[in-house]
Amino acid sequence: MPSLNIEPNITAPDAFYEALIDAHRGLTLQQSQALNARLILLLANQVGDIGVLREALRHARQGIDDEPVGANDSPSQTKGNS
Amino acid sequence: MAAFDYQRLSLPYSAPAECRAAGVAKRPVIVVGGGPVGLTLAIDLARYGTPALLVDEDDKLSSGSRAICFAKRTLEIWDRLGCCSAFTRKGVSWKTGKVFFRDRQVYAFDLLPEQGHCHPAFVNLQQYYAEGFLYEHALAQPNLEMRWKNRVVGVEQTPERVLATVETPDGRYRIACDYLVACDGSRSPVREMLGLTSEGQVFRDRFLIADVKMHADLPIERRFWFDPSFHRGGSALMHRQPDDVWRIDFQLGWDADPVAERQPERVIPRIRAMLGDDTPFELVWCSVYTFACTRMEHFRHGRVLFAGDSAHGVSPFGARGANSGVQDADNLAWKLHYVVRGDAPADLLDSYASERERAADENIAHSTRSADFLTPKSEASRVFRDAVLSLAQDHPFARRLVNSGRLSTATTLVDSPLNTPDGDRFAGAMVPGAAAADAPVIADGRRDWFLHQIGGRFAAVHFAASTEEAGARAFCQAFGGEARGFGVDVDALLVTSSEAPAKASHATHDARPRVLVDAERLFASRYDAKPGTTYLLRPDQHVCARWRAFDAAALQAAIARATGRR
Repeated sequence: MPSLNIEPNITAPDAFYEALIDAHRGLTLQQSQALNARLILLLANQVGDIGVLREALRHARQGIDDEPVGANDSPSQTKGNS
Repeated sequence: MAAFDYQRLSLPYSAPAECRAAGVAKRPVIVVGGGPVGLTLAIDLARYGTPALLVDEDDKLSSGSRAICFAKRTLEIWDRLGCCSAFTRKGVSWKTGKVFFRDRQVYAFDLLPEQGHCHPAFVNLQQYYAEGFLYEHALAQPNLEMRWKNRVVGVEQTPERVLATVETPDGRYRIACDYLVACDGSRSPVREMLGLTSEGQVFRDRFLIADVKMHADLPIERRFWFDPSFHRGGSALMHRQPDDVWRIDFQLGWDADPVAERQPERVIPRIRAMLGDDTPFELVWCSVYTFACTRMEHFRHGRVLFAGDSAHGVSPFGARGANSGVQDADNLAWKLHYVVRGDAPADLLDSYASERERAADENIAHSTRSADFLTPKSEASRVFRDAVLSLAQDHPFARRLVNSGRLSTATTLVDSPLNTPDGDRFAGAMVPGAAAADAPVIADGRRDWFLHQIGGRFAAVHFAASTEEAGARAFCQAFGGEARGFGVDVDALLVTSSEAPAKASHATHDARPRVLVDAERLFASRYDAKPGTTYLLRPDQHVCARWRAFDAAALQAAIARATGRR
């Protein structure tokens, strides 16, 4: 069974990071969120394996849960549609 | 010719004899509720030979079109009951759909891309037609009595029987039965009388459902829009029904006023925005609804069983309500029949509960995922939903993530206690628990369908290159004599791949086994059948065992397992 690779695997790490930040240049926060969502979906399809994806989600979430929540932050609310 | 108006039909009522008689009569089975599920169950029981009494509080069929999409599996079940042709003749058959995002088509789907099935993926038909056709078929069943305006107001059970109190315009009466099945809808009075509940998640969203009559030259398909310009921020759905009636569904959001939104002066402009000013239409029916995904913890409570909406509720997206209820009835009827007749222990009914509870979980999971896609519950969820939709047009992978409803298919009863686990290797979808796939066959020299040859009894199906094969001969011998020792009636079918249907020389005249020719080789491919392959199918046409070679003892053991006798 494949598992999440957390060792270095990106061929040109600094160039990738630069490209990632460049991709967001000039975007509003909302547009950046949309870009991130599209990017995650594209990369998830590239990974493919649901086990690896779940593992990645777990790692990503763990990092957030470990952070203290700021006083002004609140979890996203259930929101109706209009 | 104007279509018969089933919505105006008053179902006949006459004073039940029990209102005047002393003592309490006893019936084998009482079915509470005359909707699609109760009618299907009562007809199925009657056809098996178990007398059924159906009671319903009302004397009217469905008001409004309500459930309109009847799935292939439902049509196959009604076909087994002998009443499918009315549905397919009147209904609008469809199998394709399109999904739009902000007025652009993002993808199209085909629910049944392969040929070689008797029934289409879906027919659309107003629920009152479905109930009307079932009602007319029920009238023709000698073992079936229907009592309209008979409201069950009390249910008590002892280890020996169920006692129901029924209220009628001529007073109350009491009647006993071996088993009572509550097909009395999502607000099930029977469930309430027993102090039981159906629990789950309520979705905070409201939908407007409107039927309009119009002449439109549109393809017959399901059309779904996310955030279209005619209904910004919401979704919309359009479906064709018979009689030039179209179902239109608008997502309104949780804050919408359900009373104001169903007024024609609010509804008509929404529809006009969608259809354009040039399309004349007439508003036939409309309603505003919310939905919940709920399930009873147990579908069997002693001698009382729950089927359809009384047992489980889903969102309408995916057409999993009525279709899963009809599958409940299909699953339960033969088991009740065997138990009432003494051919199987009462424990067999526990398998109804476990199989259909699991099916309900599957339906609820699909339905919940669809609802979460349609009504994102958080800002992040909405961002991902819109990202999926924006990618879908040019990125095929994303189309698989678009969820405007995963449409009802037959539930595969995996892990059922009635299944004999595979000992041999098989490929394909016909695993133990699967609803048998259809395939074209030649039967008695005529082109027909495999599913027309099975159902109503257990069926042993043996595949052979020719009737002269050694395995085929052994199979024929096992079913040739009188005493077969299976405990229940078993139909025997020999499927051969030879073009010319050679008469099985060792099969005597009337009968066993019947020979079918797999002329298009589709049976072999759908069942991964090779010479020697033998399937055991249940009376509800679900696979329960299969082998690469025929073995009478293994077949006997599998039948015993499938009837709860071990």
